[in-house]
Amino acid sequence: MRSPARVRAAKWTALVIVVVVAALVPVFETDPATVNIAVFTAMYVGLATAWNIMGGYTGYVSLGHAAFFGFGAYAFGLVLAHLGIQAGYEPFVFVPVAGALTVVLALVIGWIALRTRAATFVIVTIAMMFMIQLLAENLVGLTGGGSGLSFPVPPWSGDFFDTPFYYAMLVMALVSLAISWWIRRSKFGLGLLAIRDDEDKALAVGVPAHAYKLTAFMISAGLVGMIGAIYGYYVTYIYPQYAIDPLVGISLVLMVFLGGLGTLWGPVLGAVILEPAQLWLAYNFGASRLYLVVYAAVFLVVILLLPRGIVPSVGDLVKRLIARRAIGPSGTASTSSDTHTVARVQSP
Amino acid sequence: MTLVLEAVVFGILTGGVYALMASGLTLIFGVMRIINVGHGALVILGAYLSFALLRSANIDPFVSLVITMPAMFLLGVVLQLVFIRPLKEDREALSVLVTYAIALGIEGLLGYLFTNNFAQLNAWYETASFAVFGFHIAYVYIFGFGLCLAILAAIFLVLYRTTFGSAVRATMLNRTAAQLVGVNVDRVSAIAFGIGVSTAAAGGVIFGMTNAFNPGSHYDLISRLLTIIVLGGLGSLRGAVIAAVAMLIIEDVTAVVISPVWASFAFFLLLVVVLVVRPQGLYGIRVRERI
Repeated sequence: MRSPARVRAAKWTALVIVVVVAALVPVFETDPATVNIAVFTAMYVGLATAWNIMGGYTGYVSLGHAAFFGFGAYAFGLVLAHLGIQAGYEPFVFVPVAGALTVVLALVIGWIALRTRAATFVIVTIAMMFMIQLLAENLVGLTGGGSGLSFPVPPWSGDFFDTPFYYAMLVMALVSLAISWWIRRSKFGLGLLAIRDDEDKALAVGVPAHAYKLTAFMISAGLVGMIGAIYGYYVTYIYPQYAIDPLVGISLVLMVFLGGLGTLWGPVLGAVILEPAQLWLAYNFGASRLYLVVYAAVFLVVILLLPRGIVPSVGDLVKRLIARRAIGPSGTASTSSDTHTVARVQSP
Repeated sequence: MTLVLEAVVFGILTGGVYALMASGLTLIFGVMRIINVGHGALVILGAYLSFALLRSANIDPFVSLVITMPAMFLLGVVLQLVFIRPLKEDREALSVLVTYAIALGIEGLLGYLFTNNFAQLNAWYETASFAVFGFHIAYVYIFGFGLCLAILAAIFLVLYRTTFGSAVRATMLNRTAAQLVGVNVDRVSAIAFGIGVSTAAAGGVIFGMTNAFNPGSHYDLISRLLTIIVLGGLGSLRGAVIAAVAMLIIEDVTAVVISPVWASFAFFLLLVVVLVVRPQGLYGIRVRERI
C-alpha cells in the first residue's frame, strides 16, 4: 500500500531531520557523560532493530541475542589482536569481519534452535547463550577466560573519546534500520510475516520457511555481532559475564515490546525511551540493588499497560481519529483497522 | 572407578532436587502455557526465607518448610493473579518478559536485604556424613532426596488420584475443552502456579544447604531448569524427572572424567544433541505450536 505523495514527502523530511539531529548530538553536546548515554542509546537502537527482524517479523522470540553481542565483541578483539591492528580509526574497518564470524555462529545455532518453535525456541536460545558464555570462560587459551580480553586503547582524549564510537553506533543503527525497512517491503519480509502468522500455512503456500527463518536469524545475529564488536572496542576490556550478559538480551527485547513488536520504528522508540531511563536508574539507584527492583517495576508496568507497544497503539488512535473526521463526528465508521488482534485466536 | 560411582550417586541425589524444581516449572508450563523464567529466583527466594528463619529464630531449614511452603504457595497465587492473568495476547512471549521482570525484582530485593555475599544454610546433617562404597555422603543429600521423592509422590498422587488433579490434567490437554466441561481453569491455573512456586521453596532449602548461593544465583539455576524441562518435553512431569536425573549424572560424571569446568557445558551440550535427534524432547508430543 503506497501512501500519497504528500505523506511520503513528510515521512522522508521527518527521517532526514531525525538523522541530522542524531548526527549533530556530539557537536552540540560535548559533555562526555551525555555522549556516553548517546553511545549506548544508539547501540540499543541498532540492537533492538536487529532483534526485531527475528523476534518481530518472524515471530521467533530469542532471549539469547546477548550471545551474538558478546561473540561479536570477542571475535573482534581476537581479530584485532591476531592481525596486529593499531588503535585508532583502523579497527572500525574490521567490524564487518566480526559480523561475518557471528553470522557463521548464527548459522550453526540457528540450524539447531530453529528445529523447535515457540516456547521451546525461547528456552533453547537461553541455553545457547549460556553455552557461549561457558565457552568464553573455559577456552582460556583463546579468550583469556575469566580474566578477560583487552582491546587496543584508542589514543583519543577524554572529551573526544566517545564521539567516534557514537558515530560508529549511529551508522550501525542506520544500517540495521535500512535492512529492517528493506526486509519489511520485500518478498522475503512478506514470507517472514507469513511464518509469524502461521508457519504451517506459509509452508503450504510455498514459503521456504526453513531457509527464510534461518536467513532472518543470521541477518539479525550478524548486525548484533557487529554492534557487539564496536561495544568491545569502546569499553576496551571484556569479561564473559559482561560481554554475554542476559540483561542485555532481555533489555533489547523489552525495548521492542515497548515500542511495538514487528514495527519498523517501534524498536527505535523503545530504545530511545528505555536506555536513557535505564542509565539514569543505574546512576541514581545503582549503588543499592534497588536499581533492579525499580527496573523490574518499570518493566511490569510497560507490559501490563501497553502489551502491544506504543507504535501500534498510537497508530490505531490516529487511524480512528482520521476515520472519524472523514465520516463526521457522529458517524460510526467501522474502524477495525486492527485486524491483527481481531483475527488472532485467543490462546490460553 | 570409585570416583565415577561417587559421581553417579551424587548425580542421582542432586538430580532429585532438580527434578522437584523442574517439575514445578513444567507443571506451570503445562497448565498455563507460560515459561516461568522467575522460577530460579523463586527457588533462591525460598532459600533466603529459610535462611532468615534460621538466622533470626534458629528454625531448622527442613522444619522451616512448614512456614515457607504455604507462604510461597500464596505468593505464587498472588503473582499469577496480578501479573500472569492480565496477559491476553501474545501470552507466551509476554509471560517470559513478565516472569523475567519478577526474577529481576526478587534479585534486587534480596540483594538489598541480604547483600550479594554468598550465604549457605547450615545444619548438623549438612556436615555430618556416612561412608558408603568408599566415599562419604553428607546426610543432607539423603534427607533432601527423601523430601523430594515425598513431594514428587504427593504431586503425582494429587494429579492422578483426585478430582482436582483431573481438572489440572484436562486443562493441560486442552484449555478450551476443559472450560467447556466445567473446569474452572482460572482457579486451576492459580493453584497450579501456587504449587509450582511452593515446590520452588522446598527445592530452595535443599539447594541452599548443598550450595552457597547469592541473589544472582538464579541465572545459573533457571538456565539449567529450563534445559531440563525442554529435554524432558515441555509440560511432561515424567520427562522432567527423568531428564533432571540424567542431566545431573552426566554433569557430575563429566566433572570427574574430564574437568569440572566443562561439567555445565556437557549439561547444555546434551540438550543440543537431543534437539538434533528429537526436537520435541524425551516425552514431548510433537505439536504444531503457534506463537
